Amino acid sequence: MVFDDRPNRTMTLHLLVWRQPNGQTHGKMVPYTAEGISPDMSFLEMLDVVNEGLIRKGEEPIAFDSDCREGICGSCALVVNGRAHGPDGGTTVCQLHMRRFQNGDTIAIEPWRARAFPVIKDLVVDRSAFDRIIAAGGYTSISVGGAPDANTTLIPKDTVEAAMDAAACIACGACVAQCKNASAALFTGAKISQLALLPQGAAERRRRALRMVRQMDAEGFGSCSWEGQCEAVCPKGIKITNIAKMVREYNRAATTGETS
Amino acid sequence: MGLEYATETKPHVMAPALWEEAPDSRLEARLPSGPLEQKWDRRKFDNRLIAPANRRRHTVIVVGTGLAGASAAAALGEQGYNVLAFFIHDSPRRAHSIAAQGGINAAKNYRNDGDSVYRLFYDTIKGGDYRAREANVYRLAQLSVNIIDQCVAQGVPFAREYGGMLETRSFGGAQVERTFYARGQTGQQLLLGAYQSMMRQVQLGTVTLHPRREMLDLVVVDGQARGIVVRNLLSGQIERYAGHAVLLCTGGYGTAYYLSTNAINSNVTAAWRAHKRGAFFANPCFTQIHPTCIPVSGEHQSKLTLMSESLRNNGRIWVPKKPGDRRPPDEIPEGERDYYLERKYPSFGNLVPRDVASRNAKEVCDEGRGVGESGLAVYLDFKDDISRLGKDVIRARYGNLFEMYERITGEDPYSTPMRIYPAIHYTMGGLWVDYNLMSTIPGLFVLGEANFSDHGANRLGASALMQGLADGYFIAPYTVADYLASARLPEVSPDAEPFRAAAAVVQARIDQLLGVRGDRTAHEIHRELGRVLWDHVGMSRSDAGLRRALTEISQLRQEFWERVIVPGSPDNQNQTLEYAGRVADYLEFAEVLTLDALHRRESCGGHFREESQTPEGEALRDDDHFTYVAAWEFTGVGAPPVLHREALEFEYAHPTQRSYK
Repeated sequence: MVFDDRPNRTMTLHLLVWRQPNGQTHGKMVPYTAEGISPDMSFLEMLDVVNEGLIRKGEEPIAFDSDCREGICGSCALVVNGRAHGPDGGTTVCQLHMRRFQNGDTIAIEPWRARAFPVIKDLVVDRSAFDRIIAAGGYTSISVGGAPDANTTLIPKDTVEAAMDAAACIACGACVAQCKNASAALFTGAKISQLALLPQGAAERRRRALRMVRQMDAEGFGSCSWEGQCEAVCPKGIKITNIAKMVREYNRAATTGETS
Repeated sequence: MGLEYATETKPHVMAPALWEEAPDSRLEARLPSGPLEQKWDRRKFDNRLIAPANRRRHTVIVVGTGLAGASAAAALGEQGYNVLAFFIHDSPRRAHSIAAQGGINAAKNYRNDGDSVYRLFYDTIKGGDYRAREANVYRLAQLSVNIIDQCVAQGVPFAREYGGMLETRSFGGAQVERTFYARGQTGQQLLLGAYQSMMRQVQLGTVTLHPRREMLDLVVVDGQARGIVVRNLLSGQIERYAGHAVLLCTGGYGTAYYLSTNAINSNVTAAWRAHKRGAFFANPCFTQIHPTCIPVSGEHQSKLTLMSESLRNNGRIWVPKKPGDRRPPDEIPEGERDYYLERKYPSFGNLVPRDVASRNAKEVCDEGRGVGESGLAVYLDFKDDISRLGKDVIRARYGNLFEMYERITGEDPYSTPMRIYPAIHYTMGGLWVDYNLMSTIPGLFVLGEANFSDHGANRLGASALMQGLADGYFIAPYTVADYLASARLPEVSPDAEPFRAAAAVVQARIDQLLGVRGDRTAHEIHRELGRVLWDHVGMSRSDAGLRRALTEISQLRQEFWERVIVPGSPDNQNQTLEYAGRVADYLEFAEVLTLDALHRRESCGGHFREESQTPEGEALRDDDHFTYVAAWEFTGVGAPPVLHREALEFEYAHPTQRSYK
């Protein structure tokens, strides 16, 4: 197999990486040098190269989550130079490529930082709070077997497109990581909106809004103060109008005597 | 490639002691009797039931929470069983089903264009090149319509028309529009539907989640699957769980090839460990290679990205006529280009099926006519359709794909042709299951891509999602109940001897991995394994190449256990250890994958044997000798496995040779 036969176009980068052995000990930024980095590599492949070097030396590699590496599973979660998922908008860090950087750059890499997302190790955090918010009501209570024919209820194209816009959330948690309050309003609002827009979700919309918002608060996420940083870093372009929708759904439920 | 010689019929039994033939197979598919369209109804009626009040006394272990696992856990939880769900990710929603783009087939016939359950059944059997069970496939086609209803009720935002009805589109291998989709994120939306249903059961207390747990052994007690041993990927603890049945929903084995379109954590470990405990592995050589992926850019590459097949509707595939032509594409004049698919297959052109497109790309690259830095790519050129239809039309159809391509490669496909190359995408083979989805170990059920059952030698586009959800929502809840009601299942404790023994085996393997302290990383060895498999057990396979692969695999396995280095300790999160364990299993699994390809001396579906082709170089099936499922029984690492055959009978869909000329 012949790979790149052009003259050397590889880069050397100076990394500052958050290392923390576990949730009980303090962490710190540790410098590493990434050498021989091709501009065609993804950001995570660059970290793979650094890790291979560490493993060969018998040292523990940098722990980070990733899986699909095509921007859909929501596993990868790095703050790169202060920005969740790095400098490119509308993308996860696994889809960030090294041609975005210059030879000799210094890159700081940190985990999501939020009380509700405790660090597990290095750049890996615990995002199970999101699952508990969904468990509180992010579904329609329809069991298998009783569904009517799929075309029984007509849904206008615009409505379903708006629901799909909200449903595209990948639960990566960048919204929380970027927010100065570590609010999960964008994540929670997206699911509440999606199901409130669709006739299938209408039966439970009030109970759902109450329960999901209360669970969000119980997890220790902060409040929304409408600065829109979440939308700016969201890899799927989820709009903060979903938060407005959540607030409206919640208020309507709370003021009409709905009990969860 | 020996394109010039035709193939005469080969004897189907080969001599070597690479494997052994089972004298009389004990495979019992348990197909229901009666006409095709009544089989599933009969089975459902014959199945024994468990009364609602008794269900919570039965514990069902579900491993994996992709479409098959999450839907099974949700459906069983809804019925009141005590479900324990295990997964390697931090959240069940991250399973690789989430990455499926295209859509899900269903025989709704909303288009009034001639679709029916029977047509979907027929297309799937034919698309699978007549190597799947008729009864299973018919049931899949029947259930397809229920899946769409269920998903819509869950709030899955399928695409709709202006009138509010569901939209459908056409997909490869079908002449009707039966594919439902949610933008390019159908897998994501279907998985979220199943995940949300499962989370509802978590809230109701019927399903308990066990995140970041990797199944490392199956516990068999008195011949029945009664539990699993897992490693807690955060604490490193080896944990034992007992239950009354175990459902493996752990996906396929595409990452054996190192580079594939699968997620990097996808692995064969759970299925392989079950195989070592007695579950037969069926048709492992049936792997699917997708023709339109972004090519490899260098050694560092960790995975390959798929570009939707729909691009072939408007792109023309070509390479230079002259080998070694390194000129940029815009400097190669029209007369010096070879639009090889249009030339060889005038009626289907660029839209030939996946396997044909893939094999032809390999052929032109093998001739030295590949393009790009690596020489392992062909052009997919949109120039003609951009001039014919305008850039805006192309952007409306493929805008997001073009953006993704540019992000990854740094090239603008509006002005320069895309470079594409085939990549491993899906595996049709998997653990053998009977009609009830039960493996050769009583109480061990296998669902979704992890089993072998419904796609034969080749899967049609938009059928994987359909199968995962059919298995989980609509089949397992009936057949698992029947097993729980019929089998004698005395209580077992996770402290019982078989659990302790299995945990000790798991612990010993972990100690062994950490103890080698060599100088080569698991990644390096995995990359080499991938190259061996891709070269010899990939798009084109030959007797000599497969035998060579067997030697190289066994050498690599030996090298791994002598030289692998795994730093860190076993008692906290150790991603190097997790990965090394998976590579170790692939180094064992690769052997049966290769043997299966070696023994099947015919070409069918995704399995192309160079010795079995028509005079024109097309795949040639050998129905007289190979109309069967090959199910392999484990006898030891490196020891000859035992081959069991389940004969396939075609009462309704009669085998014909595919032609796309």
